[in-house]
Amino acid sequence: MTIRPDPTFHATPKLAMEAPPERYAYVLMLSPNFSRPDCLGVVDVDSSSSSYGKIVHTVVMPNKGDEFHHFGWNACSSALSPMSGHAFLERRYLIIPGLRSSRIYVIDTKPDPTQAKIHKIIEPEEVFHKTGYSRPHTVHCGPEGIYVSTLGGGGPDGTDSPPGIFIMDCETFDVLGRWEIDRGPQDKHYDFWWNLPRDYMVTSEWGLPPQFENGLVPDDLLGNRYGHRLHFWDLRARRNVQTIDLGANHQMALEVRPAHDPIKEYGFVGVVVDTTNLEGSIWTWWREGGTFRCEKTAVIAPEPADKDQLPPLLQPFAAVPPLVTDIDLSLDDRFLYVSCWGTGEMRQYDVSDPRAPKLAGSTHIGGIVRRTPHPNGNTFAGGPQMIEISRDGKRVYWTNSLYSTWDDQFFPEGVPGAMVKADVGTDGGVTLDKKFWVEFPDGYRSHQIRLEGGDCSTDSFCYPSV
Amino acid sequence: MGHVQWSTADLWLAVVASGLYHGVNPGMGWPLAVSAGLMGRGRWDLALALASLAAGHLAAMLVILLPFALMTALVEWGRVIRIGVGVGVMAYGAYRLVNRRHPRALARIRPTQLALWSFAIAIAHGAGLMLLPIYLGLCSAGEVDAAHQGLASLMGRNFATAVQVSLLHVVSMVTAGGLIAFLVHGWLGPSFISRSWFNLDLVWALSLMLVGAAGLVTAL
Repeated sequence: MTIRPDPTFHATPKLAMEAPPERYAYVLMLSPNFSRPDCLGVVDVDSSSSSYGKIVHTVVMPNKGDEFHHFGWNACSSALSPMSGHAFLERRYLIIPGLRSSRIYVIDTKPDPTQAKIHKIIEPEEVFHKTGYSRPHTVHCGPEGIYVSTLGGGGPDGTDSPPGIFIMDCETFDVLGRWEIDRGPQDKHYDFWWNLPRDYMVTSEWGLPPQFENGLVPDDLLGNRYGHRLHFWDLRARRNVQTIDLGANHQMALEVRPAHDPIKEYGFVGVVVDTTNLEGSIWTWWREGGTFRCEKTAVIAPEPADKDQLPPLLQPFAAVPPLVTDIDLSLDDRFLYVSCWGTGEMRQYDVSDPRAPKLAGSTHIGGIVRRTPHPNGNTFAGGPQMIEISRDGKRVYWTNSLYSTWDDQFFPEGVPGAMVKADVGTDGGVTLDKKFWVEFPDGYRSHQIRLEGGDCSTDSFCYPSV
Repeated sequence: MGHVQWSTADLWLAVVASGLYHGVNPGMGWPLAVSAGLMGRGRWDLALALASLAAGHLAAMLVILLPFALMTALVEWGRVIRIGVGVGVMAYGAYRLVNRRHPRALARIRPTQLALWSFAIAIAHGAGLMLLPIYLGLCSAGEVDAAHQGLASLMGRNFATAVQVSLLHVVSMVTAGGLIAFLVHGWLGPSFISRSWFNLDLVWALSLMLVGAAGLVTAL
């Protein structure tokens, strides 16, 4: 508890953009064969520093097999919501769920990122017992504390009951219980985000644990049994108010990115693959007269390829699907970045007109067949995956691993951890920074990135950018 | 005892001062009025939000004060009630000092339910309680001629005082909070919100204890 609000809390996205640039990035490092504990890596991202682009500190967890995936801050600019009464929290703790173990680590990043350490560990039994959920995934700080989405429900394989969201106390980190009161038809989960003053939440769907833990299940994919719906909720009443089905062929609606400016009532969601033509797609959702609507606003075509260049999973199709596995929206709501993990491309769309995204920039790196090396000559295995944009929108960071068992199916030669950075032109365009290449220890893969002081996929704001 | 007495004018001044204090405190809602103005149609929505906040705050004051308007008509119990209230407000202040957490139920109120939020927050923070010793002081100022009045007229008089205290308090609260909200909305900009926001939780708890103690001392 502080006397003044944390200086990294900003009333509006515009004020956050004007804040000092990040000096450190936090990166999740996972041991894909579970032979070693997962870690949190602290990367120096200050270009004037002698250790620029290097891991300067590592927090090693005491357990193996957690499989780190997504994580988040205990508090962000949403704490400035006058209705929640949390304005005096600090952005200090990183909440890191183990997707496979259901264990949650609370990491203290103060007094300095290079001294980050474990503050608390919440064992899986507590999560199971208090929530009935398993496989914790996305973390957001919000009105009632820390919200954590889960991909699994009860039972050993997480299918005895539907997954959902649970709440943690933002000071003690105690698990408080389930968030949903009426989930309506929602039975799968992936990402969630919200518009705080407008009081709604949006959630998406990947698949249930048996559909992802041991790898992509081709029968389920071709049978259109992965998630393909968006759910809209009354945030305070905790009720599902509307569900939109994108169509069964639009398999895996993953990252949900609402406009940061809360006056704007729209957002985006990425669909991994269309099973009719292997396209990836971007969808725009918006609210009109109290009703949510959603339409496909951009498509990314697959690239034809020789069968012998393809992993067994893709050989029958003789093509590489783009596999849109992450999207991220800059704080000024202007550029949407799209990871094409399969084809090895980072796309930048100008979404000033949210229902008509225009391709503004692109860079190739990695990819199943292209295998484009980094400009410094290094091999970038995998493809662009988790994206994080600096608050000022001038730098974009990304890693290359999706999920241990899926990496192995699409990139059988392995996906050694990589993290790269691109610079953004004033009117768009992305150029890879030749000097920025993070070396990860052997055997580790890299996943989500968080930035010191906040970033574009965690913070939510309560006042519009006037 | 009883020589520690505030004058009636002091007590009315205290009603106004506590109103200004509540209005300036961001925890009582002026940042919400700014948000309403920025998210909606400007000053009109800001003023509407202020009105909702005022209505909720007024209701919270009345809910606390009106039952005491009934009780204080029992003149012979007046001192006991004032002592009890003084101790009670101090105890609530001490509780807020130890437990500075905000009830999660408050976070469940929708942004559209500003009046309800304002009511709940004023009750939870003890804003109504804070006014109680001052109000009881005002009632007791009339005790001397109580013998000449019937119970009903005394009750009526105390009801009227409760309403006047609540209204005056809310008017000064909305004036202070509204002024800040209009300044932030029109000139200072949203950056003022994080720059001006001080954690008053500690000060608030101490204020409750101070007001409770003052009420207790004047009752003895």
